[in-house]
Amino acid sequence: MTARRISAGGARPIPFTFDGKSFSGIQGDTIASALLANGVRVVGRSFKYHRPRGIVGSGAEEPNAVVDVTLAGKTTPNVRATTEPLADGMAVRSVNAAPTAEADRAGFLDRFAAFIPAGFYYKTFLWPDWHLFEPRIRAMAGLGRLDPAHQPPADSPSINLRCDVLVVGAGAAGLAAARSAARAGGRVMLVDDQDAPGGSLGHRPAVIDGMPGGVWAEAVVTELRAAGHTVLSRATAFGLYDHGLVAVWQRRTGLPDALWQVRAKRIVVAAGAIERPLVFPDNDRPGVMSAEAALVYLRRHGVLAGERIVVATNNDKAYAVAVALHEAGAQVTVADTRPRGTLALRDGVEVIHQATIDGVSGARGVSSVTVSGRPIEADCVLTSGGFTPTVHLFCQAKGRLRFDEAIAGFIPGDPVAGMAVAGAANGAFAVSQVLAQGHAAGGGAGEPPRATTPDDTCAVAAAWPAPRGKARQWIDFQNDVAVKDVALAARENFRSVEHLKRYTTLGMATDQGKTSNMNGLAAMAAITGRTIAETGTTTYRPPFVPVPFTVVAGRRRGEFFNPVKRLALENQHRADGAVFREYGGWLRPGWYGTGQPATEIAREARQARATVGILDGSPLGKIEVIGPQAGAVVDYNSYQTLSTLKPGRIRYGFMLTESGVIYDDGVVSKLSDDHYVVSCSSGHVGGVVLRLEEWRQDRFDRSQVFVHNSTPQWATLTATGPRSRDLVAMLGLGVDLSDDALPHMSFADGSFAGGPARVSRVSFTGDRSYEIAVPTGTAKALHLAMMEAGRTLDAVLLGSEALLLLRAEKGYIIAGKDTDGTTMPHDLGIAGPRDKRAGEFVGKRSLFTENALRDDRQQGVGLTVAEGEPPLPTGAHAVETRGGARRSIGFVTSSYQSPVLGRPVALALIERGLSRLGETLDFVHLGTTRRATIAPVCAFDPEGARING
Amino acid sequence: MQLFPCPFCGPRDETEFQFATEAGKTRPEPAAEVSAERWTKYLYLKDNPKGPTREVWLHVTCGEFFLMERDTVSHAVAGSQALGGDPR
Amino acid sequence: MTRRYSAWTLAKEGLRGHAGWQPAWRSPAPKPSYDAVIIGGGGHGLATAYYLAKNHGIRNVAVIEKAWLGGGNTGRNTTTIRSNYFYPESVALYDFALKLYEGLGRELNYNIMFSQRGVLTVAHSEGEMEIAARIVNAMQINGTDAELLTPAQALDKAPLLNRDPRARYPVFGAVWQGRAGVARHDAVAWGYARAADGLGVDIIQDCEVTDFLVENGRCTGVETTRGTIRARSVGLAVAGHSSVLAAKAGFQLPIQSYSLQAMVSEPVKPCLDTVVLYMGTGTYLFQSDKGEIVVGGGLDRVPSYAQRGNPPMQRTVLSGMLEMFPSFGQLKMLRQWAGNVDVVPDSSPLIGPSPLPGLYLNCGWGTGGFKSIPAGGWLLAHLMATGSHHAVSRPFDLDRFVTGRLVDEAAGSGIAH
Repeated sequence: MTARRISAGGARPIPFTFDGKSFSGIQGDTIASALLANGVRVVGRSFKYHRPRGIVGSGAEEPNAVVDVTLAGKTTPNVRATTEPLADGMAVRSVNAAPTAEADRAGFLDRFAAFIPAGFYYKTFLWPDWHLFEPRIRAMAGLGRLDPAHQPPADSPSINLRCDVLVVGAGAAGLAAARSAARAGGRVMLVDDQDAPGGSLGHRPAVIDGMPGGVWAEAVVTELRAAGHTVLSRATAFGLYDHGLVAVWQRRTGLPDALWQVRAKRIVVAAGAIERPLVFPDNDRPGVMSAEAALVYLRRHGVLAGERIVVATNNDKAYAVAVALHEAGAQVTVADTRPRGTLALRDGVEVIHQATIDGVSGARGVSSVTVSGRPIEADCVLTSGGFTPTVHLFCQAKGRLRFDEAIAGFIPGDPVAGMAVAGAANGAFAVSQVLAQGHAAGGGAGEPPRATTPDDTCAVAAAWPAPRGKARQWIDFQNDVAVKDVALAARENFRSVEHLKRYTTLGMATDQGKTSNMNGLAAMAAITGRTIAETGTTTYRPPFVPVPFTVVAGRRRGEFFNPVKRLALENQHRADGAVFREYGGWLRPGWYGTGQPATEIAREARQARATVGILDGSPLGKIEVIGPQAGAVVDYNSYQTLSTLKPGRIRYGFMLTESGVIYDDGVVSKLSDDHYVVSCSSGHVGGVVLRLEEWRQDRFDRSQVFVHNSTPQWATLTATGPRSRDLVAMLGLGVDLSDDALPHMSFADGSFAGGPARVSRVSFTGDRSYEIAVPTGTAKALHLAMMEAGRTLDAVLLGSEALLLLRAEKGYIIAGKDTDGTTMPHDLGIAGPRDKRAGEFVGKRSLFTENALRDDRQQGVGLTVAEGEPPLPTGAHAVETRGGARRSIGFVTSSYQSPVLGRPVALALIERGLSRLGETLDFVHLGTTRRATIAPVCAFDPEGARING
Repeated sequence: MQLFPCPFCGPRDETEFQFATEAGKTRPEPAAEVSAERWTKYLYLKDNPKGPTREVWLHVTCGEFFLMERDTVSHAVAGSQALGGDPR
Repeated sequence: MTRRYSAWTLAKEGLRGHAGWQPAWRSPAPKPSYDAVIIGGGGHGLATAYYLAKNHGIRNVAVIEKAWLGGGNTGRNTTTIRSNYFYPESVALYDFALKLYEGLGRELNYNIMFSQRGVLTVAHSEGEMEIAARIVNAMQINGTDAELLTPAQALDKAPLLNRDPRARYPVFGAVWQGRAGVARHDAVAWGYARAADGLGVDIIQDCEVTDFLVENGRCTGVETTRGTIRARSVGLAVAGHSSVLAAKAGFQLPIQSYSLQAMVSEPVKPCLDTVVLYMGTGTYLFQSDKGEIVVGGGLDRVPSYAQRGNPPMQRTVLSGMLEMFPSFGQLKMLRQWAGNVDVVPDSSPLIGPSPLPGLYLNCGWGTGGFKSIPAGGWLLAHLMATGSHHAVSRPFDLDRFVTGRLVDEAAGSGIAH
């Protein structure tokens, strides 16, 4: 005989399958209760020895009943059967077993168990090589199977909540705490991991304030909800983090699970306690269960755990279980490890005192138990070794535990500020005491709840595991750790608790050692002759239960992971046929048109050199520095002196790090003595603003200078090419475009569409260019006007790729591409400010370190290849062979086929490059070698005729 | 998730802040008179204390640098103040 | 008593209940003096002791550990071993370590389960592929294995990678180092500890260094919670707490301490055969032999000695993981933890004499300490035994912060390691 349903209470039947067989549960079942009700004993196989295992617990502590669940086409691996509600049509499959848990092919492994004890893999598989064994071991390991087609929900909401009191656990203690906190007037949040409130009141009857416990629990929750407090069920407070943040995982039906991030002024931990098993030979047989769990299955699910039951206990709490099972019709024997019980039992229940459990028979399910040498026929063994308080949140709040002999477990020691622990979590098990502690923890406001039922007695006498010959006494069921594994660890000097855990894998399974850590620690203490307190305790790290990755990750997914910046004119560019790419965090047109990218890019580049190209340069930084000390701030942050500019003029410069390395390059426009605009690379805007701010605040009179990033307020459209002035002239900006009035590196303010328009004569192509900055609101109108004007000039839309090509022809660098994190200005041949500039600027001292002054630094150069050869690959290294040893002396940073020059152009950083002009070097790329000759960086119009002409 | 008190904005989520440096560093100048060792000490060497520390932080969202005293083990924050005296 | 580990001795012990296994190491009381004392019983410290005994014949050595051996970063990392670096100095160091790892299990007679399953570093744009090519070429020139993979080749290595061309970080190609892999971190510490103990080294746990003995300007030993211990030469291998010990010795280091988090899923059957890193997300992951998906990413934002995880970085790392492997969204986080790492401005280690004569440094490993354990131990042993640098450790001397000769991988390769 096995477990069976004795009362369905008229609930709706729910069909499901387990390992391919059809079964029926009822509404309100968990997968575990439904399996028990159907008499399924073997629900899985252990991780290492593939021993048949049955359901042990009724909640988050369950080590064995881990299953893969398929529902509505979606598979979820490693579901805990004891906490997952049964649903119509669920296909449940055992893990780590094939083809079924009942008939697992790998079950033979247990026969070799003697040769594969804890840590055996450290001692073998060395010859010939670990790689020979690893694939087979990997295939054996793992629990559930991942569904490769799974798509996570698009949205896993995170909800922030602040409250006065957060109560964790809605058992008697938590409810009493939440009610008194609410009556004191604060905002309360109550979270509980069960479907219904009440905790153990759901299976251990009590009368509170004249009501049955379950009814009282519902009444408290109703009162809390009515007063506007937040009550969450199926919600687990899984971790407490810095500054008191509590993370709560809420399971929701029909919606993605949610993460609540709660900050409370006070936290009440009323998370209960978890029953520990007694440890005895073959205590892992299917049918050996937690006594408390059996009571849960009986009272909540109408499932009787067996017909002939032995209740093995070291405490009084299991007596109530024995009585309940007896009353439900089972034949019950109590095997009490203590010399005498403190409870009288009714007729028909035998009690054996000073009992030892010598063994359990029945590989696929309990058939008999030997108690103190006497075999007893049984189909179920319930064990209770005492209760372990759930103190995770207390420990995560840096609370210290103390070992309490009275309850044979660790309980909270000195209190932690802002936190109270109440009820079973605090080692209190009698209902009246639990209610009193809860009420006090909640602040003590209002009338305390009163239990009118007599308290259960809770006396316990420690019965810790100890070695017993060759017997296998299991401590960690899922990971197959037995007492003799602990003994082996001790023998080999893995005596610290952390070594024990890591060496034997004790407590490392998916149940996180909820039922095994305490027993393992006690076993180590017994074996090494130390007390439990001396032996230590393990760290209670979050999460309390395994939490879906999606819930922790929250909403930062897909394009929200790291959102791209978008142009005001994105839709215009799309309409114009742009293909977008990401550059420095911005989504920009890479090129236009549907042809081969290389063809389109070459077309754009060629046309821009012939007539005029139109380019969206809006992401370029526009950082305003304003005030009497503006010039000083700009100078201090620049390699070149900029304040000597005349108003209306522009100068190119570098911004360095304090290590002397080029951080960014750009141009600075001087509007007046107290107003500058710093135009930096699009990807560096944020960084440049912070650098300016840092020194403004640290070094200058902050009332005399102000830094404002106006980049987002402006759109910049650029016309570049020989006909660019003609195009700009047609826009009617009210600016004198003559070269006398507006020479290269100057700007003028005009107007467009009734708003301002600044025209800057700067060039990133080497051709005459005009950057027109207008408020983003008029960007579209300007774009249309430029397109219209361009029609008569045979203008071309220029994407970023063509721009990259044009600037490389001219030898203009991109900071971070053509420089690396070692490049200093003098490596690009710009040593004037270093050698001559007086006064301080960022990075100055570092330009004179031993390393900065080396003569073998990598320097920026151009490269040419023999006629007819294709471009060098970017990333190819120049190599030098000396004494047979090859070494890199630099690398190609930019490389393109120039459509205008009809040959490749390239930029590179090469050791002593500036003194190697004309030298031909070997360049290697993925095993092939090419030759290239060092050249000046500028390959196009080196005289600069076009930029001015 | 830590909460840091910006002297200008009040308590804010740690993700809004950026660590700048240990407090109390003065940039040695002028460059020509600063020995390599002194520059190294300024630029790279740190006390990096385990326990109470005084640091310069940036509240990125408001752009203000400020001083904060906190503990590198417990993460308790003792307080913060504006760099240049009172916030204005 | 059985000392040697093999399939044969395992079988023999299996027949007698494993009663004959010797302790993996002794727990001796500290002696008043040693030839060499190493502070820190993590991988680097234990490896140093082992190589002092094995390479230099110095066996009168103590390793002093304030808690339990292997309990610092050695037992808190994500166990990846690789040498996919840009600069020749870095490759020389990390490939030296990788080569030692390749034979380490047999050398130590301890299976460290070094699984050379390869590391795949995925690029997401043309620009990143150019950087990838720069790295691959540098690695090949510097004498380590590297390949540049096409998107199809990359997806073949990790079939569950996100194949959506509209993904935030699409697969454009990858850097592949096939000799790289993962090992069992505890086994590395335990293997070195057992082997060092076998050569006569005293491993002293639960013993905290409270001060340094300094005589005539030279370090001559340490004060500990278990008494004074004198030594001719003292090594410091306490990554995560280097600045704390340096302060006791009277000097500063260019180190800031940060937490580095990692997490694992519940175990599932094999579904990922390599280590995968995304340039775009900074998240990296692999599947352990046990079946757990092990996930790591960047440093926490706040300097800290706390050794605990913090939600903001968990969110960043895990949202990165879901971008890389959408199907892993069905998995649950089983455990998460944090190490306490020494972050140096150029992200390269500090190996060499300290400002206090007689005291030698092995620290500053940042996020890369585990993969360097054999080399770190070998090089510190060389320093302590000879008083001078091994050629491989010379570039990593503290003096580089004075000369400016930093070894900054992020500077050269654009990838922070």
